[in-house]
Amino acid sequence: MASIRRRKQPNDDPHHSTSTADEDDDDKRNKLSLRRTRKRRTKNYTCVDNCCWLIGCICTVWWFLLFLYNTMPASFPQYVTEKITGPLPDPPGVKCLKEGLEAKHPVVFVPGIVTGGLELWEGHQCADDLFRKRLWGGTFGDVYKRPSCWLQHMSLDNETGLDPPGIRIRPVSGLVAADYFAPGYFVWAVLIANLARVGYEEKNMYMAAYDWRLSFQSTEVRDQTLSRIKSNIELMVEISGQKAVIIPHSMGVLYFLHFMKWVEAPPPMGGGGGPDWCAKHIKAVMNIGGPLLGAPKALAGLFSAEAKDIAFARGIAPGVLDADVFHIQTLQHLMRMSRTWDSTMSMIPKGGDTIWGGLDWSPEEGYFPNNTRKNITSQSNSQAKSPNYGRFISFGRDAAEAHSSQIQRVDFRDAVKGSNLANNTCREVWTEYHDMGSGGIKAIAEYKIYTANDLVDMLKFVAPKMMKRSDRHFSHGLADNLDDPKYAHYRYWSNALETKLPNAPDMEIYSMYGVGIQTERAYVYKLTPATECYIPFQINNTAGDTNPHACLKDGVYTVDGDETVPALSAGFMCAKGWRGETRFNPSGIKTYVREYENNPPSNFLEGRGTESGAHVDILGNFQLIEDIIRVAAGASGEDLGGDRVSTDIFKWSEKINLKL
Amino acid sequence: MTSVLRFRFRKSCSNNETTFRSYETSKVIKKQYEKSKTIGRQRWWCVNSCCWFIGCMCSTWWVLLFLYNCWPVSLGGMIEPEPPGVRLKNEGLTAVHPVVLVPGMITGGLELWEGRPCSRGLFRKRLWGGSFAEAVKRPLCWFEHLALDNETGLDPPGIRVRPIPGLIGADYFVTGYFVWAVLIENLASIGYEGKNMYLATYDWRLSFQNTEIRDRSLSRLKLNIELMYATNGNKKVVVVPHSMGVNYFIHFLKWVETPPPMGGGGGPGWCAKYIKSIMNIGPAFLGIPKAVSTMFSAEGREIASIRAMDPGLLDSEILGLKTMEHIMRMSRTWDSVISLLPKGGEAVWGDLDSSPDDGHECLLERKSYFQSNSSKHRTKYGRMISFGKTASEQNSSKLHKNSPMEVMQAIKSATCGEVWTEYGEINWNNIQKLADNKAYTTETFIDLLRFVAPKTMQRGEAQFSFGIAKDLDDPKYAHYKYWSNPLETKLPDAPDMEIYSLYGVGIPTERSYVYKLSPSERCNSIPFRIDSSAKGQCLRGGIYYADGDESIPVISAGFMCAKGWRGKTRFNPSGSATYVREYQHKTPSLLQGRGLESGGHVDIMGNVALIEDVLRVAAGESALGDRIYSDILKMSDRVNIELYSQS
Repeated sequence: MASIRRRKQPNDDPHHSTSTADEDDDDKRNKLSLRRTRKRRTKNYTCVDNCCWLIGCICTVWWFLLFLYNTMPASFPQYVTEKITGPLPDPPGVKCLKEGLEAKHPVVFVPGIVTGGLELWEGHQCADDLFRKRLWGGTFGDVYKRPSCWLQHMSLDNETGLDPPGIRIRPVSGLVAADYFAPGYFVWAVLIANLARVGYEEKNMYMAAYDWRLSFQSTEVRDQTLSRIKSNIELMVEISGQKAVIIPHSMGVLYFLHFMKWVEAPPPMGGGGGPDWCAKHIKAVMNIGGPLLGAPKALAGLFSAEAKDIAFARGIAPGVLDADVFHIQTLQHLMRMSRTWDSTMSMIPKGGDTIWGGLDWSPEEGYFPNNTRKNITSQSNSQAKSPNYGRFISFGRDAAEAHSSQIQRVDFRDAVKGSNLANNTCREVWTEYHDMGSGGIKAIAEYKIYTANDLVDMLKFVAPKMMKRSDRHFSHGLADNLDDPKYAHYRYWSNALETKLPNAPDMEIYSMYGVGIQTERAYVYKLTPATECYIPFQINNTAGDTNPHACLKDGVYTVDGDETVPALSAGFMCAKGWRGETRFNPSGIKTYVREYENNPPSNFLEGRGTESGAHVDILGNFQLIEDIIRVAAGASGEDLGGDRVSTDIFKWSEKINLKL
Repeated sequence: MTSVLRFRFRKSCSNNETTFRSYETSKVIKKQYEKSKTIGRQRWWCVNSCCWFIGCMCSTWWVLLFLYNCWPVSLGGMIEPEPPGVRLKNEGLTAVHPVVLVPGMITGGLELWEGRPCSRGLFRKRLWGGSFAEAVKRPLCWFEHLALDNETGLDPPGIRVRPIPGLIGADYFVTGYFVWAVLIENLASIGYEGKNMYLATYDWRLSFQNTEIRDRSLSRLKLNIELMYATNGNKKVVVVPHSMGVNYFIHFLKWVETPPPMGGGGGPGWCAKYIKSIMNIGPAFLGIPKAVSTMFSAEGREIASIRAMDPGLLDSEILGLKTMEHIMRMSRTWDSVISLLPKGGEAVWGDLDSSPDDGHECLLERKSYFQSNSSKHRTKYGRMISFGKTASEQNSSKLHKNSPMEVMQAIKSATCGEVWTEYGEINWNNIQKLADNKAYTTETFIDLLRFVAPKTMQRGEAQFSFGIAKDLDDPKYAHYKYWSNPLETKLPDAPDMEIYSLYGVGIPTERSYVYKLSPSERCNSIPFRIDSSAKGQCLRGGIYYADGDESIPVISAGFMCAKGWRGKTRFNPSGSATYVREYQHKTPSLLQGRGLESGGHVDIMGNVALIEDVLRVAAGESALGDRIYSDILKMSDRVNIELYSQS
């Protein structure tokens, strides 16, 4: 509007100057009346009209652009990208196709935690119109629209770890289950697209989607997921006449470890496939970013429903997440929900102090972040002391750094929990902390330092019900004698340190993971200033070094890894625990460690990068995809070039004193 | 808007002040104002008010959308009656038998796995189903990808289009148009979910045996039935095929018990062990006449009526569209269309003079219903295709008798460069000879097709057969091409298995056609088309209608269960029980959408009575009994087929 007026104004001026003085009166009257009309009309032409006009303009332009976008030839974006960054490398699928590789072995994907979609099959009234709509994955639209309904449906029963009555949430099946997590955020899609180039399709590619909230054995009890995977693998092997290549990712690695034991165990506990099922049906297991020995992140998640990202958010805006004002209590709700998910407990660090280090030592000692590796010698000389990674949780930074002899610990195990803090207002966000009382909380804090050995006891203390459920399904120890008959129980099957690999000497196991990213390894905690309904512990985000090379930031000690799983957890079993004929690997299955150095994308056009080493983004790593295609097309580990290591994983493994 | 113009006017009028200053201003200004307003209008009115209008629309839309989203869920559903699933759940029904759904033709989604450069960016996107956006955006590319190879009936080199697996493969055909979704939802409310419900998607363009050869769809179906049987406490499965899925499943029944390599190697007791009942919805057991017109001229009732409304639209050459030719070229590469050609020949579908379903009282219009009493003329449904209305009504003695075989001797001449539809290979004179005052029955029509589309039929007849078996023990019937024809196979030895035929009645259904030659002689055109001007009793728009569910006449859907398989016949040696259940069509009111009591071929999947029947059987009931509205029993009696072997 204004522009129109302005444009007209200059033209008027010369005419004004020609008018004579005695005509001024007329002019004035004229102007006055005009001004009056103008005023009236401005009122008519209100803000609403202006808004409408503006919105109309924007919409029209938007539609026009949308139209242009839709009529744009499909190759246009690539053309632009190539103009800017130079020709892109061939996607690995095309590259392999040019080399003449073809689909040979059927491929099975085993997705990890969180990435698989879940849909509603039966729900309460608040979810009436959501039948077969995704509650998890997709746009997460319903989290915002009806958060309490969503939380209610996503939570499992606190006692059984299965569906609450009247609610059925089931995994989405097929490749769509985990190709994209949210629109535009790929998980398996890039790998699938590249495999399709060399000839893969639905008949020789299978997504073993399962309900990742349940404990592994419960997926079989409730959904018969393991049976389903077994018969689908059998079918694909029968059709193609070739053994299958299994590609588990993240928690899927543990799930598949469980599967391999389950399938050979006799019914009713197992699948009754007989002792040579794996030898007959599996060519290779290519674990991607597998937390074989657990992930410290899971621990922080269970303990205080937070991790590096949340501690960081808290550091920026201290009040938001804890605001009682809006009755949001996000973290408490999250904790309550995630504590009903048995699967998170499968990733509590396993193997105790032997693997993860005690008060004064840890296998990763002497590690420095990536960017300082060049002058590592000078660094290690000047900085005599490296962080005590073995101390998973320490209360206060002093405790984290002090020498073990100077720490005074009061054992929490027999502590009296004290009176129940919970009153009725907290019912809605009930977590087990409210049953604990101040005495218990204090006892926890006074133990100061928790190493891997103490973790399970500590969790049992703070969340007895949850751990009771967990005890039925998972074990986090280290077996002394694997022939002990107790190890036939399914709760040991997903712990690599308490099971033997199947008798399949021709099988290959790969451990493929990204490195070069700071990964959570240990935490500095503090007590939360008391409010009514609260989680009593939180990561002490003020504990950090100003030194940019330091490993302690925002209360989190980091080591090398793929952002979620430390390299030690992902690599140790293949680097040492299973290498050669050990007691964990009696038939001598060949193992390979393949690390992928993280190389962040150079510009935004590359999206999440083709050389990423991050936990999920690695599924778009061209080098990794190429390795997978080669193996799927028939290559063996030796053909790929055996190990491919850039960290000190072998050195670290040496330090671990494990009887093999 | 107007106020904008007025501001501007103020300035323009001040330009002219010198001339008008002596007058009292207000009047002058008004006049001037009117003038400049019109000028301003010309310049600014259109764009600005468009913007304003669009803005208003958008804002209103958003507000409504917002309100709609905020609308409490419970309020919206108040009008709807309780769905049958919930009602039966309250009655105490729970999931007992695993359910297998077998979709029919067209309704299954297809997605792209590998394609030509023009299909870039469509990897694993739906080409068929969904929004069909690509068919509009790049039609030629779309046609190219959906067509199959003309010789092999499989993928053309470099193109892989595959069925979408899982429930999403056929729950909705296009957005908002349900196929299986309603049934799935009702099954879910009595406790079904992914582990005891399986949607057996397959590439419906291929011949049935080719789905096994290319995609292993039959093996997959077998495996899933076995798996669900084992994981659900050894409960037999209930199979619910729809439309062409019925023929597909009959093929499966034979395939699964036949030893490899041709069959699945399940052994002779397989069906008896795993299958409780087969609930065929809208079954095309004996084929459908619609397939005749599709094969012959790529049109059906809908296309004929479009043509009647706007004769030039579909044939316009101006845009180079040639839609019909493209569709024909594509659909003729789909072997599955051939599986739907009428089976059983003249015994089932009638000869030149009479047919089993003659005497059907047409309800096209109320008036004609009363007229039918006065004119005792009977529709000759047996003449599947007649050229001209007279040929469809004349006494058979007046018709030309020479069969297309004679014309076949005539030399073909390729007059067009690129042959699209095989019609291009046929001389125009021969085409006229074929059409010359003739009527074709089902049997002679297949001869006609062999002549006009030799390649298609050669491919098709390697996969399917349309006859009636004289002696079912003839070893030739072991070949898979007979497996999907219920008149040339025996049912498996499964005396406890039940076979239901559930279909809608009360809708006029295409039964036979009146054709004419199309006016143009140009290259690659389709020389025949439905004579949409022909009208008469039971005849509208060149199509004779009979009772059925809009796609499938009663005789095709009901005959096998009403007579062919009833009792221990030679087609059903073990005496599996059969039931016919018909659902009378009731036209839904506007608010009801596609209706709760519809009998339409696809809409019947939302029919409350049918859903209840399926749920009851799935929950363990059996022997629901017959429920008949049409003349199917009378019609079946008139079909003269040997039901018991001579021996």
